[in-house]
Amino acid sequence: MAALTMYPQEERLDGGSRTAFNLYMITAMSLFVIFMLIGLTMRMTQATWLGVKPPMFYKLLSMHGSGMVGSVALATTGVMWYFLRKYVPLHLWAFVTNYVLFMIGALCIIWAIFVDNYGALWTFLYPLPVHGIGAWTSRAAVLFMVGYLFIGVGSLIFYLDAAAAIIRKHGNLARGLGLQWLFGGTIDENHPKTVVASTMVIIANSLGILAGAVSLVMSLINIAYPSVVLNALLTKNLIYWFGHMYINATIYMGVIAVYELLPRYTGKPYKISRPFLWAWAASCLFVIIVFPHHLMMDYAEPQWLTVMGQVVSWGAGFPVFLVTAYGALNNIYHSGMKWTMPSRLLILSMFGWAAGIVPAILDGTVRNNLVMHNTQWVPGHFHFYLLLGVMAMILALIYHTIGHRANAIPNSRSDSTGFLVFLVGGLIFVFAFLDAGRMSVPRRMATHLPAWLATDRVGSIGASLVVLAMIFFAYRLIAGLLRAPAAQGAPGAGPAGAVS
Amino acid sequence: MGIYVHLQDIVWYIALAGMGLVALGFILVISQAGKTVDADTAARSGRHSSQFKAWLFGILVLIFIVGTWDTLRRYPIPDQGGPFDDPQVVDVAGYQWVWIIKPTTIRTNLATEFRVTSGDVNHGFAIYAPDGRIVAQTQAMPGYTNKLEHTFTQPGTYTIQCLEFCGIGHAPMTSTIQVVANQ
Repeated sequence: MAALTMYPQEERLDGGSRTAFNLYMITAMSLFVIFMLIGLTMRMTQATWLGVKPPMFYKLLSMHGSGMVGSVALATTGVMWYFLRKYVPLHLWAFVTNYVLFMIGALCIIWAIFVDNYGALWTFLYPLPVHGIGAWTSRAAVLFMVGYLFIGVGSLIFYLDAAAAIIRKHGNLARGLGLQWLFGGTIDENHPKTVVASTMVIIANSLGILAGAVSLVMSLINIAYPSVVLNALLTKNLIYWFGHMYINATIYMGVIAVYELLPRYTGKPYKISRPFLWAWAASCLFVIIVFPHHLMMDYAEPQWLTVMGQVVSWGAGFPVFLVTAYGALNNIYHSGMKWTMPSRLLILSMFGWAAGIVPAILDGTVRNNLVMHNTQWVPGHFHFYLLLGVMAMILALIYHTIGHRANAIPNSRSDSTGFLVFLVGGLIFVFAFLDAGRMSVPRRMATHLPAWLATDRVGSIGASLVVLAMIFFAYRLIAGLLRAPAAQGAPGAGPAGAVS
Repeated sequence: MGIYVHLQDIVWYIALAGMGLVALGFILVISQAGKTVDADTAARSGRHSSQFKAWLFGILVLIFIVGTWDTLRRYPIPDQGGPFDDPQVVDVAGYQWVWIIKPTTIRTNLATEFRVTSGDVNHGFAIYAPDGRIVAQTQAMPGYTNKLEHTFTQPGTYTIQCLEFCGIGHAPMTSTIQVVANQ
């Protein structure tokens, strides 16, 4: 069965595809280190261990936010492409075009921040980008937004190519998602989970990116013609509709690595099922309509939207707990699995996602949001499932691929140490944020009160450990990716269980 | 004087319990991951797993229904359309980077309506109690007036802190209101 072959032939990276994959992953790993160092700088500034001034702090915050979201999206797009191309014919040019447009957009954003002093954060919340009050100009805001548009167009080109390929193979996107089997019928066991997840991402994130594009173009018109005043609430809805789906799409692209790789390391099939299809159909709907949970403190928001934000936030836990995390645990239970770096990271990613969603759901409750909104509880929960969830998914795939190139599943002592440092540092880092949220410490502030320094300092220590681990991972994985591919044969040819 | 429990602490302990249960599930399964069993045992544990999953589904549905009912039956945000008729009204306007608040003295045990708006960008109007915890908040938005209703029970100096990033003067964008005992 193909799913239990450790390195299937159809996943082999040759020539242009290898170069493209390496470009994605090496760029992403390098950016992760840089943006994490920026994050550490901000935490240490809040802890008063560094003396970064507020104007620079908010530039760093804008870079960290837009940079981490963008680079995680870049890497998880690489994850989706790596596996989806096995099942449907993707054009390499679309994948490469996305990379080129991403890099052009990234350069625009970096220029806007560090040359033109843009500091209105990754959310470009209207009308702040044109209210820099001397800190930045409208030109900086325009450049930042144009950068986003380049990145959005790149993503859409990749998604359109993937959508066309899925439609050619399966007839339409609904069949790619497996909706025909929701209420009955015999499920095709060979229908790839990767196609289901990719279809969901294509549908949801294309809508999100279009919403973002509308808000960006509206904001650009407002900059060019200030007499065209936008509705602040409508624009905020569009921005969070985009922002929520864009960052959540990274989880849904990243989890493809778990579906594909975990059964190879456990030696147990990870079959598609009706609950799985229901989970992805529900997640597709939920991720599209859950965004009002970001606007609970905007009392002018229609009440039905706010209630929907809470109900859907709670409902979103079902697919994660009952299908994805439970399914993964079921797959490793009594499997005889040997612990290696890819398998450790895959399980960590499931834990990070499942545990991180708990404080997220609590924050998505109107009553709680009254006292938790925009406190450090928020970066606490999203760093939980992005750092210990999505990042672990990305690292798992890269570790897996370099295992093929080195002819051995990566599992050195230094790898294990790096994993431990990453896990411990990550937990310290996120729990310091969550505890600060409990104490009502606001997020996004350059200067903190003395009463808030304890969690800032504990968080800084955790962040330092994460950065150390990440520097090691980046060095290890980039070196591994740059190695020449292994000769045909071991360890890829045999069944998963045969690889120790 | 009764013991006052902060909502933030309740949320914290629920979160710890939830994350702890998730961690426990992972630890239990991970401890068994390295073992292999014969086909009969595997089939039996598969049946147990299905039963456990059904129970888990039922428990989560129950939490979903009870939790949704409990947290929404008294909707925590007042209807923005109707008149509040509160005995105290405070007008609040946020500007980069200052709060204009009138009046700044409020009495305890009387409902207060805060009419919150912004003259430029989005701000966050958060009321911090003297012990440093948030008691309520709403967004201050250009073009809208969000009406926040709160009844103070403890006198003291309450801090107003901007909670929505609004530019380089965001952190020091604070003010105070005095809550005095209602005679």
